[in-house]
Amino acid sequence: MRNLDRITNPFNDDKVIANCGIFGVMNTAGGKMSGRDVIEAMANMHDRGNGLGGGFAAYGIYPEHPEEYALHVMFETQRAREETERALQEWFRIGAQEPIPTRNTRGIANAPILWRYFVEPLQEEAIPPTPDGAIALTPDDYVVDRVMVINTSIDGAFVFSSGKNMGVFKGVGHAEDIGTFFCLDEYQAYLWTGHSRFPTNTQAWWGGAHPFSILDWTVVHNGEISSYGTNRAFLEMYGYYCSMHTDTEVIAYATDLLVRKHGLPISVVAKVFAAPLWQDIDRMPSPDRETYTALRQVYGSLLMNGPFAVIIAHQGEMIGLRDRINLRPLVAGSKGDLLFLASEEAPIRLVCPDVERTWAVQGGEPVIGRLFEGIVEPGVDRSAVYEEPCIERFYGHKGQREVHSLSGMRAAM
Amino acid sequence: MRQCSFDVHAYDEEDDAIVSADDRCVGCQRCATYCPTGAITIRLSERDFRLNANWRPEHLMDIKRQAETGGVILTGMGNDKPYRIYWDHLLLNASQVTNPSIDPLREPMELRTFLGAKPDRLRFADGRLLTELAPQVRLEMPILFSAMSYGAITYNAQLALMQAAEECGTLCNTGEGGWPRDFRRFGKNVIVQCASGRFGVDFDYLNQAAVVEIKIGQGAKPGIGGHLPGEKVTPLVAETRMIPVGTDALSPAPQHDIYSIEDLSTLIYALKEATNYEKPVSVKIAAVHNAPAIASGIARAGADIIAIDGVRGGTGAAPKVIRDNVGIPIELALAAVDRRLRREGIRNRVSLVAAGGFRSSADVIKAIALGADAVYIGTAALVAMGCTLCQQCYTGKCAWGITSADPVLAKRLNPDIATRRLVNLVKAWSLEIKEMLGGMGINAIESVRGNRLHLRGVGLEEWELETLGVRGAG
Amino acid sequence: MLREDSALSDRVLSIDTSGVYYRDLNKMLREGVAKGAREFVLRGVTGQRYIGTGLVERVSIKIFGTPGNDLGAFMDGPSIEVFGNAQDGLGNTMNSGKIVVHGNAGDLLGMAMRGGKIFVKGDAGCRSAIHMKEYRDMRPTVVIGGTARDFFAEYMAGGEVVLLGLTLPPGVRHSCAFMGTGMHGGRIYIRGAIDPSKLGKGVIIQELSEPDWETVKARVAEFAAYFDMDAGAILSAPFVKLCPASTRPYGVLYAGRN
Repeated sequence: MRNLDRITNPFNDDKVIANCGIFGVMNTAGGKMSGRDVIEAMANMHDRGNGLGGGFAAYGIYPEHPEEYALHVMFETQRAREETERALQEWFRIGAQEPIPTRNTRGIANAPILWRYFVEPLQEEAIPPTPDGAIALTPDDYVVDRVMVINTSIDGAFVFSSGKNMGVFKGVGHAEDIGTFFCLDEYQAYLWTGHSRFPTNTQAWWGGAHPFSILDWTVVHNGEISSYGTNRAFLEMYGYYCSMHTDTEVIAYATDLLVRKHGLPISVVAKVFAAPLWQDIDRMPSPDRETYTALRQVYGSLLMNGPFAVIIAHQGEMIGLRDRINLRPLVAGSKGDLLFLASEEAPIRLVCPDVERTWAVQGGEPVIGRLFEGIVEPGVDRSAVYEEPCIERFYGHKGQREVHSLSGMRAAM
Repeated sequence: MRQCSFDVHAYDEEDDAIVSADDRCVGCQRCATYCPTGAITIRLSERDFRLNANWRPEHLMDIKRQAETGGVILTGMGNDKPYRIYWDHLLLNASQVTNPSIDPLREPMELRTFLGAKPDRLRFADGRLLTELAPQVRLEMPILFSAMSYGAITYNAQLALMQAAEECGTLCNTGEGGWPRDFRRFGKNVIVQCASGRFGVDFDYLNQAAVVEIKIGQGAKPGIGGHLPGEKVTPLVAETRMIPVGTDALSPAPQHDIYSIEDLSTLIYALKEATNYEKPVSVKIAAVHNAPAIASGIARAGADIIAIDGVRGGTGAAPKVIRDNVGIPIELALAAVDRRLRREGIRNRVSLVAAGGFRSSADVIKAIALGADAVYIGTAALVAMGCTLCQQCYTGKCAWGITSADPVLAKRLNPDIATRRLVNLVKAWSLEIKEMLGGMGINAIESVRGNRLHLRGVGLEEWELETLGVRGAG
Repeated sequence: MLREDSALSDRVLSIDTSGVYYRDLNKMLREGVAKGAREFVLRGVTGQRYIGTGLVERVSIKIFGTPGNDLGAFMDGPSIEVFGNAQDGLGNTMNSGKIVVHGNAGDLLGMAMRGGKIFVKGDAGCRSAIHMKEYRDMRPTVVIGGTARDFFAEYMAGGEVVLLGLTLPPGVRHSCAFMGTGMHGGRIYIRGAIDPSKLGKGVIIQELSEPDWETVKARVAEFAAYFDMDAGAILSAPFVKLCPASTRPYGVLYAGRN
């Protein structure tokens, strides 16, 4: 895909504008679920998309290949496949390879050739020193680098998933049809996210659908980020080339930068993307005031300004986040070890009629579900913490209430 | 002396003379027009600041006013800055020798236009048409009267527009300020707006009209809302907007139920549900940088009509800094949107209406050649009724009774005379359009729609020609 | 269009809505009205939009499940009762009628509402009661049993909103920021503590006058009756009233003539 712009942005827009419906479900105890529910949930939000893109991410689906990077690749031609496979053999030890199973599905046409490869970097290739010999690349860096090489230099090939023990499945069509096409009902995952897309142009390219991913990070996103130009320019300084012209790509790269490279906890990253208003920061006690001020001073260019609701996932964690003034919807639900996130409440209740509680996620407050730890952040308003000894109500559907102190929140959840 | 609504003239009893406070004059020409002896001439007089190409008198005056008041400078009508007007750089074609020109006085010449979503194909069984078309509205000429709210314009001005629309077989847009009950009889010639303030929007309002238009933005003030000040909310304005007398009527900047494209789709289908899928739903946007992508999204969101208002579009009141600096010219936006929708194969799904400073029938036909199905005219219609573009609409002191808040001033507009003048204008432009069509050897307006081969550019840069999709002349 | 399992008897039409697309469901409602149904019972509702939109008859609609966005948008007459939670856009630009929700409501409840009543037992989302207006004898009423989120009752131009705070734990204030920004009409009554720093610009706190109390009592009585609660107990806590400081909140924003 030498000239990615030609495919991803045929009209040379500043960026591709798309809005959507999103859904995520995680069993924080690690229990596996088939993709049937997430497909049903996306079908329920059919009208939030327009049939020009749908996709899913699933975690824990390749337990037989836990330590190999699962590359999902789409090819426009057999030649592209041959060329890619030659390159993969040169760079990686290929543990297994096979076509990604699909079934004939009404509404899905013009599918590319879809293959997956389970690979490990060859030892000597994996950690080559940089030219000055100072920094050794990690295997993750190497995989990212090779994925970028394939996506930008092999005509007709595109890697759309590259994490371990997880996979992205996406294409052009309604989300529920894409899910059926990829036989997702036959996979077992402890974490699923789904996305139905409403782009404002013809994105007749399968790679342009969401989720967007880098390694095992995936992002499904509803909204439009008005600060895209600023975010992109900032990320370019750190070596991220935004080839897809989507807001979502910016979120994925920014997450990778802040979490993987800068080592920020995801709860702090949420405060970079959806920073508190200055008027709220000014009223915080020390040292929070200084911390939040510094975050905005240093990472102000990564403030995602404008309407968004996202579900970010990686191995062992699902994060839901809404923009700081709640311009896009995000509803959470829980039952036992299950955490749900969705654009609307109805799909949660559809797939889990006995959901114990549902709540609207507060803008700027992340909801975080973590494997074996449960819901570590509920995503509710914590502004009252600066005024009252006990914080936030967190009610269930029938009005039962639980009160948590800030420090007790993790334990209580 | 009594003609002036801006208190320029006064009678000095001691000197037995009329004195003029020249600095109050807005150049509306009312006194000169009505002076029985033709004694008044109005000349441009600016304060003699030292010449400075950068710090022009306008800047100095605005700064001084803001230093006094701390306020936002308001203005009326469309952008008056010298941005390039592309209509003046596009020339039309005519037939010579190889095909005959057509004489519109003798031959049939069709301007009829239908607004509404068209299917990509028709289906027949046994010669019988099976396809059911989405709702369509019929125009006898591709010219509509643009959105002007009652309250921003006077009762008589809106009455004249509605009467003229009915007589011409076209549509008149109520704007977002409600729809006076007396005017519901013009329903089949009326587009009603559903905007951020939702003024007067109820079941009857939606169902009596021919088209429902969701107003996202307007060319004179993209991205911002509006405030009709409480003093303009008279009993009849209040009844029309369905709010109490004397309170500010605030139109928020966004529609709070539309923060994204799928929200727009939600509102489009809410309006279709409310009107039982019997009315085309239009979405009006200001021409802005991403107009092509936005228009594509609007088409996919289920709109039947997209109206695009360029940077020169008029207004009753807008912050001057917004009017003069935000948005892009309609010519470029229209050409880009039309081309984008065609390349995506969805141009049939929507009708395109262009707006924003159409001054003549030539501008109209050039817009159609760039891809519009029809155009909205606002300023031109006001001028037909007497407006002289003094840009004081927001003061409510319009000396011509068009945008006046004062009931005495408002009486100056005779609705029947105004109707006649509007009908004359539309008829004259229609005749001119027919002449130009005939010259091109075309006898139906649809043959020039999107037909850029009948346009050539002069004095334009390469990128401008490319955006317009037009070849240079010669 | 009406499915065979839809039973119309005694002018009551029961519909199992599971798997029914919203356009088909709303068409069934319109056809049901035309055939004389006065009451609808919708079961298994999961996200169908616009229920009640486009109906002008005074029919009643009972909804079991989770109705979709824009429930009762542009509605003019029907009474809707939801046994479950409502999503975003409840009662958008509603003209008359009534919506009772035995649960919570999403964002934008009662946006630009001009008439009718909405009662929500639990909490409401962001931008609730935004830009409500009144007109002659049309006075929209919203009563929220719990609390609301940010941008509550902004740009309010008429009608009344009662926020009861019944779901707030003891000692916790309503935390919605920008309450009543740009308010230039109408009345907001709040039970429970509010943080004055979270009020929007141009809003002032007042004591309730006698007529205010009468209004609050009447609204709370109606609220309590729907949800089988004790009105007296609700009314025993203090209320405050939020009012616009001016009917011209933005009157000084502009300079004079240009």
